[in-house]
Amino acid sequence: MDPKGDRILLAHGGGGRLTAALIADEIVPRFGDGPLRGLPDAADLPPIGGAIAFTTDAFVVQPPFFPGGDIGSLAVNGTVNDLAVCGARARWLSLALILEEGLTFDVLRRVLDSVTVAAKAAGVTVATGDTKVVPRGQCDGLYLATSGLGERLPGYALSPERIRPGDRVLVSGPVGDHGMAVMAARMQFASAGGPRSDCASVLPLVEAAAPMAGGIRWMRDPTRGGVAAALNECARGRPWGIMLHEAAIPLHSASAALADALGLDPLHSPCEGRIVAVCDPSVAGEVLRSWRSTEVGREAAEIGSIVCGAWDGAVAMETRMGGRRLVDMPLGELLPRIC
Amino acid sequence: MRFTEGFRDPTVARALAAGLRAAAAGDRRLCFMEVCGTHTMAVGRHGLRALLPPNVRLVSGPGCPVCVTPSGYLDAALELGRRGAVLATFGDLLHAPAGDGRTLAGWRGAGGDVHVCYSPLEALALAEAAPSREVVFLAIGFETTIAPTLMLAVRAHRAGIRNVSLLTSFRRVVPAMEAVLATPDVRLDGFLCPPHVSTVIGADAYRPVAERYGRPCVVAGFEPLDVLAGLLELIRLATAGRAEVHNEYARVVTPKGNPRARALIEEWLTPSDAWWRGLGRLPDSGYSLRPDRAEWDAARRLGVEVGPGAEPRGCRCGDVVAGRIDPPECPLFGRRCTPDRPVGPCMVSSEGSCAAWYRYERAGRT
Ligand code: SF4
Repeated sequence: MDPKGDRILLAHGGGGRLTAALIADEIVPRFGDGPLRGLPDAADLPPIGGAIAFTTDAFVVQPPFFPGGDIGSLAVNGTVNDLAVCGARARWLSLALILEEGLTFDVLRRVLDSVTVAAKAAGVTVATGDTKVVPRGQCDGLYLATSGLGERLPGYALSPERIRPGDRVLVSGPVGDHGMAVMAARMQFASAGGPRSDCASVLPLVEAAAPMAGGIRWMRDPTRGGVAAALNECARGRPWGIMLHEAAIPLHSASAALADALGLDPLHSPCEGRIVAVCDPSVAGEVLRSWRSTEVGREAAEIGSIVCGAWDGAVAMETRMGGRRLVDMPLGELLPRIC
Repeated sequence: MRFTEGFRDPTVARALAAGLRAAAAGDRRLCFMEVCGTHTMAVGRHGLRALLPPNVRLVSGPGCPVCVTPSGYLDAALELGRRGAVLATFGDLLHAPAGDGRTLAGWRGAGGDVHVCYSPLEALALAEAAPSREVVFLAIGFETTIAPTLMLAVRAHRAGIRNVSLLTSFRRVVPAMEAVLATPDVRLDGFLCPPHVSTVIGADAYRPVAERYGRPCVVAGFEPLDVLAGLLELIRLATAGRAEVHNEYARVVTPKGNPRARALIEEWLTPSDAWWRGLGRLPDSGYSLRPDRAEWDAARRLGVEVGPGAEPRGCRCGDVVAGRIDPPECPLFGRRCTPDRPVGPCMVSSEGSCAAWYRYERAGRT
């Protein structure tokens, strides 16, 4: 069995003594200060002034630790970012853990510590949670799920319907880093100079650009399928298209080199700490400046514009070579278990 | 700095594009064929077609192995699977449809033993793990992949492993180029020759094409600037009426190729007729295992025939690989046939022309 007591057992999820010990030792010290105090079945939350936003996400990334982040920071930022790109500030999170029998406490602790750090950085409180343990072989290590409640920031009215020809496309930093970092870790050639996940809260970007919120038409955090999938979803069926400029797209060389070696397009590789946005040309410069003033947005860039004509409903790119091509949706599941 | 950056310099690209326009000045229409699927992909991915002068056309050729391998080969492979063989294959072939739409992936889903290998040598481990079963490696490809595939038989021979064999459909690129030139409805002014194959056969191997058919041949690398430089050279040679072989990829390709790979090919294989999708049966256009190596030949050993087979209905891959049409001219392109639901092999393979056109060029044509 587990003489040293350093592994998760089925009984840790059974509701008995070991469950109580797990919660007392690992959960309460990290999250027990806020609405979780006293471990109620449901958290009591104070009223929020205005409209609220609500979202949920599940995390199955493999491996759970990768350069630049881990499944814990990902679970916090993934949900915080889903709210942020809707123009909402995350306030409360739920956190569900699904653990495989035999998982080491060391891994669990590192992940929970990472949740704590990421939640603090994003200014969000873990208000409720749950833990389940499944028999060995019925899940792979650990899975996390988070839901988030957020308050809407004033001024944002985001909808692709508001996009007009001539609008500008912005990205808040180099693209594709998260996907390439996880792939490098999976293939076990993570190295000091290799790709690093961009996993981070994008809320500072949304707050910094709030004064220009009215001119921002649409925002997305380009996770699965990368920037290409986010923009294709935006453009599909519209009476306009998106023209990107390859030379303007920020890329970290380590991620670009790995994508090249794998035959992948970095535009198809997920980001976990970026925003891609479309905004009115009159505010594009201001939005970029505000983004660049934040830690996560230092390398923000304008990467394209909304055009009318041959590319309506699609995303295209002027290549570094001066040619033009379609930027398609990624086909099938290029990168399984990437988040 | 990325290792590829030197081959993707935008200023050089602009200069080359201007060079293309200048070299093709006048209204003579020129049509070149890029033989190799990887060139097709490079053209798409970097949007190079947009840089061609309006009187210069680039068509795809018969250099994608999955696309030119006829349906009959898949029929034979599936038959071997049905008889209980363990099939080992490169991933590209997995979703290629046989004439009746069956695929190796479908066979695997139905419980068949199909293993995707990154290296042919992985089939050795499969054979060792299942000594009572026949393991068949689906050995398709051009000169590039032949030698590494033969290493499977060499190693098995050395290790005394006897339950592994090859279902071969090896091909030679030069006879296919000659067959394209002999096709009445294709008028070509020259070839952009495949880089990887050329490392094995050498640039001199294209001399007969240049000399007998009077068409220039230029060997070019995969990087976008390589492709542009190769095209510029082709335009210059064609407009000057010079049917010569030029090697723009001398940093990798030599005149004589790789003698060790060629020696291995000679030791194991003998030139033979082969069926090509779109081109038919071409004499001496393939390689078969020599009679004294018959024990490694899955077709002879297990008694299956590899015929031409029937093409998927309505699919015009044969016309695509022969350069007779561009993929959008196929009535199924982008409608009934997409990468998610491919009808023909040219939409399946990562090197297929239909897949490349769908991915990079299906919109924005003006
Ligand atoms: S579009 Fe599909 S059906 Fe048409 S030639 Fe290409 S692969 Fe065959």
